[in-house]
Amino acid sequence: MSVENSDGGGGTVAYIQHHLTNLHTGEGFWTINWDSIIISALLGAVIFWMAKKVKADLESGVPGKFQNFVEMILEFVQTQVKDSFPGHNPLIAPLALTVFLWVWLMNFMDLVPVDLLPILAEGLGVSHLKVVPTTDLNTPLAMALVVFVLTVYYNLKIKGPIGYLKMFLFHPFGKMAVPANIIMTAIEELAKPLSLGLRLFGNMFAGELVFLLIALLTLGATLSAGLLIWFPLQTVLDLAWLIFHILVITLQAFIFMVLTIVYLGMAHETDH
Amino acid sequence: MSITITLIAQVLAFTILIWLVNKHLWGPLSAVLDARQKKIADGLAASEKGLQEQEMAQKRAEEVVNEAKRQAAEIIAKAKSRDTQMIDEAKAKAAEEAERIMVGAQAEIDQEVNRAKDGLRKQVSALAVAGASRIVGKEIDINVHKNALKDLIAQI
Repeated sequence: MSVENSDGGGGTVAYIQHHLTNLHTGEGFWTINWDSIIISALLGAVIFWMAKKVKADLESGVPGKFQNFVEMILEFVQTQVKDSFPGHNPLIAPLALTVFLWVWLMNFMDLVPVDLLPILAEGLGVSHLKVVPTTDLNTPLAMALVVFVLTVYYNLKIKGPIGYLKMFLFHPFGKMAVPANIIMTAIEELAKPLSLGLRLFGNMFAGELVFLLIALLTLGATLSAGLLIWFPLQTVLDLAWLIFHILVITLQAFIFMVLTIVYLGMAHETDH
Repeated sequence: MSITITLIAQVLAFTILIWLVNKHLWGPLSAVLDARQKKIADGLAASEKGLQEQEMAQKRAEEVVNEAKRQAAEIIAKAKSRDTQMIDEAKAKAAEEAERIMVGAQAEIDQEVNRAKDGLRKQVSALAVAGASRIVGKEIDINVHKNALKDLIAQI
């Protein structure tokens, strides 16, 4: 365990707090969460490695198993784009694929036993390690922000500045309620990226917390009769939550991808 | 648990990753998928075309066979009609020839008969003259009884 001190509630709180603290430098806004950045970058590298491997496969002409697997993901993403995105934009599909792969891989870090990587890191002299980048609010919000910027960009490009302005002025209540329209549309537009980022963050944070709570069952326990009850219970709970979480991480990655496609699709619509 | 400069770093990371995925994963792979799709579509279209062509060729072959059959029947019919015509012609010719031969034979026979008759008449007249001269006892001048003799010969 990362916290040896186990006398009462203090140890529990310290354990959880330690797990929820990023490896960071700097203060206030200028805090850099190194673990989020490094782990997400490594997972990005995994995607890049995957791309390289597939590329090597492609050159041989005959599709291998790995290529088939990646093609399956690619076609799945392509289907989603076809279903939810009107018109054609060559950026949308690779964007959606990136979102899906990256979010899924980052979420997948949640399935690694909660104490494993922090203990290994501590052995290497790293004081804190929060292994799931999506439980760091900055990562989901960063992605949501990119999507938001793209949404605004395509709104301006497709609808034109005047068309975009008209959307704020006359939507949703028509010409009679311009001030209300501005407020409503602004809230609507801002709620999109916020909900997009916060949904992913909330789900992953909560999932991580449940793993921590399950881990707490035997935290600091000594070899005693009580352990005979708590240890099997912990194992069963952990396994159940793990299996359920496979669904959650995939679902969250999928939702993030679909909403990205839908929001950008709305930006491409001109009938507002 | 708050928004920090990390957000900017993650925005950069995300942007770079999108670019990488587009360039190295999506681009080549979707190009391959598109090429494969096109290849399959082309293959299907070609097979469809081949089937159509085969059907057409079959139809054409049938037409040719039918035409050949029709021509053969025509030729046979023609040959048959020519056949009967030739037989008829030959028959007519043969009949004509037979007729001609018969006529010739008849004429010869008539001629022979006439000659024999002439010979007989002459002998009969000579016999008659000789018999009469014996009976009368003297020479009968043929020239005197010429007319009587001629009558006689004509009666035989």
